[in-house]
Amino acid sequence: MASVSRSFLLLSIIPTILILCADFACCNTGRKTGDGLDTDFSGFSVPLEHSFEVDDVSRFRMRGALQLRGGRETSVSLSQSQLSEEDRNNLKEVAAVDGLYKIRVPRVSLTDRQTERQMDGYLTAFVRACSLVESHLSDVITLHTDVSGYLIGVSIVTIPGACRGTEVEDEVDLEAFNTTLTIIPPTNAPQPETALFIERMDIEHEKRGKPQEQKSFFAKYWYLILGGAIFLMASSSAQPSAGGAEEQQS
Amino acid sequence: MKSSVKMAKLTSLFVILLSFFCISEAVFEDQVGKFDWRQQYVGKTLFAHFESNTQSSKKMFVATDKNIFASFNSRTGDLLWRHVDKTGPEGTIDILLLHGQDALMVVGDGRLLRSWDTNIGGLNWEVVLDTGSFQAACFVAIQDTVKLVAVLKKAAISLHYLSNGHQKWVENLPDSDAVQYQAVYSGGEEEVYVLGVVPNSHLTIIAYSLEDGEIIKQRSVEASWLSSVESSCVVVGQGVLMCVDPATLALYTLPIQAEETPEFSQILLQSLDLEVSPGFQPVLVSSQPHPARSPLSEFFLQLGPDHHVLLQLNADGYTIAPLRDFQPAFLVSFATTGKKTVAAVMTPKNETACAINLFSVDSGRRLLDTTVLFPLEPNGGKPHMLYVHAFLKKDDSVGYRVLVQTQDHALTFIQQPGRVVWTREEALADVVTMEMVDLPLTGTQAELEGEFGKKADGLFPMVLKRLSSQVTLLQAWLAHLWKLFYEARKPRSQVKNEVTIETLSRDEFNLQKMMVMVTASGKLFGIDSKSGSILWKHYLENVQPNAAFKLIVQRTTAHFPHPPQCTLLIKDKDTGLATLHVFNPIFGRKSHIALPALPRPILQSLLLPVIDQDYAKVLLLVDDQYKVTAFPSTKNVLQQLQEMASSIFFYLIRSEHGNLSGFRLRKDLSTERIWEVVLPTEVQKIVAVKGKRPNEHVHSQGRVMGDRSVLYKYLNPNLLAVVTESTDAHPERAFVGVFLVDGVTGRIIHEAVQRKARGPVHFVHSENWVVYEYWNTKSRRNEFSVLELFEGTELYNSTVFSSLDRPHLPQVLQQTYIFPSPITTMEATLTEKGITSRHLLVGLPSGAILSLPKMFLDPRRPEVVTEHSREENLIPYAPEMPIRTEWFINYNQTVARVKGIYTAPSGLESTCLVVAYGLDIYQTRVYPSKQFDVLKDDYDYVLISSVLFALFFATMISKRLAQVKLLNRAWR
Repeated sequence: MASVSRSFLLLSIIPTILILCADFACCNTGRKTGDGLDTDFSGFSVPLEHSFEVDDVSRFRMRGALQLRGGRETSVSLSQSQLSEEDRNNLKEVAAVDGLYKIRVPRVSLTDRQTERQMDGYLTAFVRACSLVESHLSDVITLHTDVSGYLIGVSIVTIPGACRGTEVEDEVDLEAFNTTLTIIPPTNAPQPETALFIERMDIEHEKRGKPQEQKSFFAKYWYLILGGAIFLMASSSAQPSAGGAEEQQS
Repeated sequence: MKSSVKMAKLTSLFVILLSFFCISEAVFEDQVGKFDWRQQYVGKTLFAHFESNTQSSKKMFVATDKNIFASFNSRTGDLLWRHVDKTGPEGTIDILLLHGQDALMVVGDGRLLRSWDTNIGGLNWEVVLDTGSFQAACFVAIQDTVKLVAVLKKAAISLHYLSNGHQKWVENLPDSDAVQYQAVYSGGEEEVYVLGVVPNSHLTIIAYSLEDGEIIKQRSVEASWLSSVESSCVVVGQGVLMCVDPATLALYTLPIQAEETPEFSQILLQSLDLEVSPGFQPVLVSSQPHPARSPLSEFFLQLGPDHHVLLQLNADGYTIAPLRDFQPAFLVSFATTGKKTVAAVMTPKNETACAINLFSVDSGRRLLDTTVLFPLEPNGGKPHMLYVHAFLKKDDSVGYRVLVQTQDHALTFIQQPGRVVWTREEALADVVTMEMVDLPLTGTQAELEGEFGKKADGLFPMVLKRLSSQVTLLQAWLAHLWKLFYEARKPRSQVKNEVTIETLSRDEFNLQKMMVMVTASGKLFGIDSKSGSILWKHYLENVQPNAAFKLIVQRTTAHFPHPPQCTLLIKDKDTGLATLHVFNPIFGRKSHIALPALPRPILQSLLLPVIDQDYAKVLLLVDDQYKVTAFPSTKNVLQQLQEMASSIFFYLIRSEHGNLSGFRLRKDLSTERIWEVVLPTEVQKIVAVKGKRPNEHVHSQGRVMGDRSVLYKYLNPNLLAVVTESTDAHPERAFVGVFLVDGVTGRIIHEAVQRKARGPVHFVHSENWVVYEYWNTKSRRNEFSVLELFEGTELYNSTVFSSLDRPHLPQVLQQTYIFPSPITTMEATLTEKGITSRHLLVGLPSGAILSLPKMFLDPRRPEVVTEHSREENLIPYAPEMPIRTEWFINYNQTVARVKGIYTAPSGLESTCLVVAYGLDIYQTRVYPSKQFDVLKDDYDYVLISSVLFALFFATMISKRLAQVKLLNRAWR
């Protein structure tokens, strides 16, 4: 249900995005463009780099290109090449000494339509090289954005994540990455749900049955009034005689 | 409108319903003060006055830097009353004047003028003054009675009646842009004089008529050497302005009231045989005993840090006669009683004490039998101020008491002949951080422990040792019994359980602990948590006023015979340079351990679980070049660090760049950056980061749900809660961000944005939950939100948690509630094993501390009640969080300006020790799940044991009877 309505919304805003995007396509020219499917609006690509060295000194190399698409519905895809023979051996060596496999992406904004989309600095994450090897290069890369569409963090995990020390014999397993890529915007924290609570209480009240009909004051408390009146009468008739008795005594 | 009324009704109904299944936990009347204590403080004294000059007067009044006006009982040092004003410049007390029963106070840089009744501490009146920064104030007398008070502001002077505060007149000061008016003087004449200065040019004197504020005369006197009247001039004698000039080393005199326009007359200090210490700015001290009369013609001139001279202005008005030279003398003060004025002088006596003597002002002669000794503590501050309360004794001689303020903000009240009546440690009004440390074992227990610690040396010696230690135990027990018996005969009030540092020992349930408190002034305190008595104090000199402190317990008391060890990291906020102070938290003594040299600014400190051969945990200090220093840095430690290096991760946060980054230690103690998260500072700024408390235990791995399945908690010990606030302050666009980041991998576990919200954000991060409180800008109310993280119904790896191997993100549940009060601080209870349910301790601005069950902050509270949720004991969701008065753990003992709450586990699982600090200090115990492991006070031992015995005998008898019966039946 929700997705349908959202896609309707998206359809309605696509023209506006197209108009907005027309003017900054020019600043994309320097960059490597993607496969051409999404290039027509607001898509752009940033490099995804990785580093794995035996001596743990970072030397980042190109791993692939991230196709980012901003706007209301952000999406991301990754085009990456296979690992070379040298890289494969290197990765296995790093895994053997329990080194780290690091990735980084440049800090970019997905929605900022200013000329400068890229800020200086990178977002870095790491995973143990052995777990990457043992999972046969199946990794999950997650990009996190903040409220205004800036990329704020990247994370990489492998599935399975553990290092059990199993040997990966087959070279074929280490050729291509099996990457799952997601982009996560911040979730909106809930507000106190007063409306629902009131509604629920109303329903509960109705369930309990309608409150008793509004009776008049006398109709409600006639017995109390009657009882009070009788009591008053009884006491007033008793009192004078008692008082009289006292008087007589004195 | 209607719906809101209905809602309020419903919620109230709901609260009543709730109260049926919530355990109430109020304090009974007879429990008041049994497990809790409160100490009230006022802060660093700025002004102090004594009530009246009789021997029997008991009151003294102080105004402090914490914007507090208070009265002490001078016999006991207890507070009689206290007025806590607003914090910050709005409540600053500019001046405190005392006359008879009235205390006059100018507040908030000349914003308000207040008069207090000193007897009961009630406010007589308060007037709002015209704008302008405050300069000076003085009493003004008309025909020998003080009726008015003059307030001098930057551009105006006003006179107010003392009786009702009404303004008599206000006049603008002429040429106030150029002239800095700094002093106001009245000597009981028909005029009031205002003194202003154009720095290094001339002095301006204006005389105003008391009657209508008309300028009677105005003149200016050439004074190119004068820069400030306030700091270098006083009025002495019959209205003679006396100034000191450090450049020419001369005194200048000028009669204020003189008709003609004379020059200042110069008296060189050299001509008086006086010499100023090099680099010292000489200071003048004078005294005006009564506002209706002119000041004394005698005055003090301070020539060096410990050199004072008593001088007298001769009747001619321009010659000076030295009366007495005081060297060495730290402090001097005038005091007047009746017609007599005396000068009190504090001189150093020896290493451990200072002597205070009285001198006659007229002659400079020492008064006999007036010596009072002020004890100097070895680790205390130097004397800073002297307030003397002089009075006439019955034989017409002058007696006095003296209040000494030391640099560490302590007030000491001393009576003749040198008895310290009381001491108030006002540094405790500003506690920065604290820790609770277990007390050591008693001597006998320690001996027993020591027996196990030693290496075995043969069977026979071991047996002997065991026997001897058993004998000592028996001895101690007998001594204890004897003491009990002996004390049982005395009435209870006479039995004194004084805690001294020698008798300190751990009690049965570890309920008594040592509170180590660090104050902003740099004074450390060791306080007994049971009684609140200060057991040791240590003043650290040379601590910058803006220093940041971090207190670390490196070794607890558990490692006998090694003494416990605490380390205080003191970091200068400007330079970032840090120093370490290592001490024993039980006795406060400084340890003589070689400290590492820290030449570079320190960015981060982390306490590792690694221990050295002496059982001290290793502290790592990261400097601004990401180099790591270990403390202690023995060979053993360095070796361990090298082995563990690849598994030691740490994070750094630079909030000004919005940068969070993670590092891994290398074998050579250098570091490598392994992850980086950047929150753009244009959008949001990091306001706070909290990890979990390392001593926290979580007993239950999961929660059993209604259908008997288990929902496992996401218990990541490396999780950081990062709270941000938006830079955009517009109420529609403002937001508060909550990021949960793994401190090892830098993975953002969860990122939530609370829209239309603003700080200040208070939050607690514990177990698998984060609770935060913020201000909702749209609905204009405070709201609580709770985030809980669960792994799901299956655990990924149930044996060990590793941040490196936890690929699946946890499920995050969140719920938000309305909280009907603003809060000042928040903390969660902590118990030994984590079995007891958790409560949140919330400090409210009213001074109350609310113990809010975590049960109410549970994102799984259902909106619609089902069978399962009822099974689980979940409270149905209600948007409003109740505040119930029985949840206030400090009943009527409000804690003014709560700044922090510290919780510590005790030996009893049910009991959590709580210390709330701010202006006051309050210590108590809380029982979040009631005292399930403690028998009640009124437990009927007699009944239970008699029933037990009865049952026992009954079974015996019935058994016997049954046997007899069986036997009889067998015979049949």
